[in-house]
Amino acid sequence: MSDESPKKEPVKSTDEKKVTPSADSAGPNGPSSTSEKAVASPKPKPKPKPKVPPEPPKGPEDQAPPEDQVAPDFVAVVQTEMADAIEKVSYWVGDWTIIVHTGRLLDVMRFLKQNDVTTFDYCSDITATDWPPRDKRFDVIYCLYSTSRRHRLRVKVRVNETDPVESVTVLWPGANWLEREVYDQFGVNFVNHPDLRRILMPDDWQGFPQRKDYPLEGPGELLMENPQDWLRLRNVSDEANTEPEIE
Amino acid sequence: MTTLDAPRASTAQFDTNELVLNMGPQHPSTHGVLRVVLKLDGERVIDADCVIGYIHRGVEKLCENRDWTHIVLLTDRMDYVAAATNNLGYVEAVEKLMQVEVPRRARYIRTILAELQRIASHCLWLGTHAMDIGAMTVLLYAFREREFILDLFEEYCGARLTYNSMRVGGLPLDIPPGWDKKVLSFCDLMEGKLDEYETLLTNNRIWVQRTRNVGVISGEEAIGLGLCGPPLRGSGVSRDLRKDEPNAAYEEFDFNVPLGTQGDTYDRYLIRMDEFRESIRIIRQAVEGLPEGPVMGKVPRLLKPPAGETYHAIESPKGELGYFLVSDGRSTNPYRFRVRPPSFCNLQGLKRLVAGHLVADVVALIGTIDIVLGEVDR
Repeated sequence: MSDESPKKEPVKSTDEKKVTPSADSAGPNGPSSTSEKAVASPKPKPKPKPKVPPEPPKGPEDQAPPEDQVAPDFVAVVQTEMADAIEKVSYWVGDWTIIVHTGRLLDVMRFLKQNDVTTFDYCSDITATDWPPRDKRFDVIYCLYSTSRRHRLRVKVRVNETDPVESVTVLWPGANWLEREVYDQFGVNFVNHPDLRRILMPDDWQGFPQRKDYPLEGPGELLMENPQDWLRLRNVSDEANTEPEIE
Repeated sequence: MTTLDAPRASTAQFDTNELVLNMGPQHPSTHGVLRVVLKLDGERVIDADCVIGYIHRGVEKLCENRDWTHIVLLTDRMDYVAAATNNLGYVEAVEKLMQVEVPRRARYIRTILAELQRIASHCLWLGTHAMDIGAMTVLLYAFREREFILDLFEEYCGARLTYNSMRVGGLPLDIPPGWDKKVLSFCDLMEGKLDEYETLLTNNRIWVQRTRNVGVISGEEAIGLGLCGPPLRGSGVSRDLRKDEPNAAYEEFDFNVPLGTQGDTYDRYLIRMDEFRESIRIIRQAVEGLPEGPVMGKVPRLLKPPAGETYHAIESPKGELGYFLVSDGRSTNPYRFRVRPPSFCNLQGLKRLVAGHLVADVVALIGTIDIVLGEVDR
């Protein structure tokens, strides 16, 4: 019970026949651990090496479209007309995405809505993705749809916590709640939004739940009562690199 | 003296003050825990502010910490009156991300389940919507037929509300023997019952007066507001993802997309009644043409889609149900799991729909957009 070290450790030190213990032998036909432990107990156990966690992901590559994939009209036209505003065009499993410079977002969106070829008059969804190791950690993603031509396009901008993102509610009033949700869950800084309040979380909530550094189990009672203490405890536990014990 | 003699303007005498009225969250006609803060001038609604999030459970965050296979079970809990449709949207989004081929038989059975679910969901909508307006009988009738569908689902997968009925790559179970016959006989039964409902409501003077010209919205405005599903089609916009971006086996079936003309509550009622019939048509075609074969495709036990992202949307009973999934390509859980809930986007339109109407109409309008708070709050 009190034995904290992994079970394969004693196997490694005592039994020489088992030469491949590195493969996780958690299977049902692994050696029964009780007898091995009894043999291994007088020996001082080697301290398990601290496992180096893999680098956190930085986000998918945003695959460029393959050579033989011809860009449809609605991508081609925005590529030529708004070339200076577009960072990259991406294609993956049938979906087209354009990545736009944050400052030019509203221009591109206005073009996409009003141009006769694109006619993206319906804003399906607005969401975000958090990639903490990146300098611009958030991808804000707009899923657009054209009700007349029935095609879809995703528009993506990359921002950090403070970068202003122009609200698209002037083009699609339906973006109102969707942007509120992104603000509520990620803390993306939308500007010129008519009513930027929290929507799913309580108004006085601290922190942004969908960020990757926000604990899954929530902050516990302490955050609600005393956010300063909560933050201090969290910083201490981060430095000690242990599980945060706040509840 | 002078004050009494001074002539008063008639308007000044009956000056009204704005009144803020709180409706919900424990109000029977808000279909869950929705709170609407109404600003009233007399009995007219000037403004409405929806307060949501009372049953926010952080489903998206939870899903980002679960296996790709385990998430199916959590999707049940969003739109819990149409759980199979939620399953369908999710598994298809993962299949799109992994580029998995699904056997034809599985796609047919999925279509049958999704359409049965649409009927069940519409039954619940019809019953509660009619009861909100005052027609008590319809609730009992509609729930009686919904019960048959729940029985069919119970026979198929053992559960009555949260089915967990689909898997990435196909289905966990083939249909039990004789189940298809029961589905067909249910279709026959349901058709007769629909006429019964319509006798109660369609030409009912009270019903028409309570719904005609209530919450009128033009097609253009509905598109701008992001409405989807029946509220959008009620305004005459032909947008049904079963037709426009066919998923499951919908492209193989013949069905119509009912459209409204005036964009009011009565039109939204009529097109949902037509959708019942179209669903029955689809189910009949699917059961009669049900191909033989396996119901599960070749999928690894531990799912690990390649790094990338996708958005996949299907037509749920409430509207466009979209899943935006991001895989980082090395872990067995999604890096980002996002649901585009149709109820959430439709509820946003409530503020526009109720403006200028009476307080009593607010109840009718909450009913007509057909929300499920489990999906709004997630």
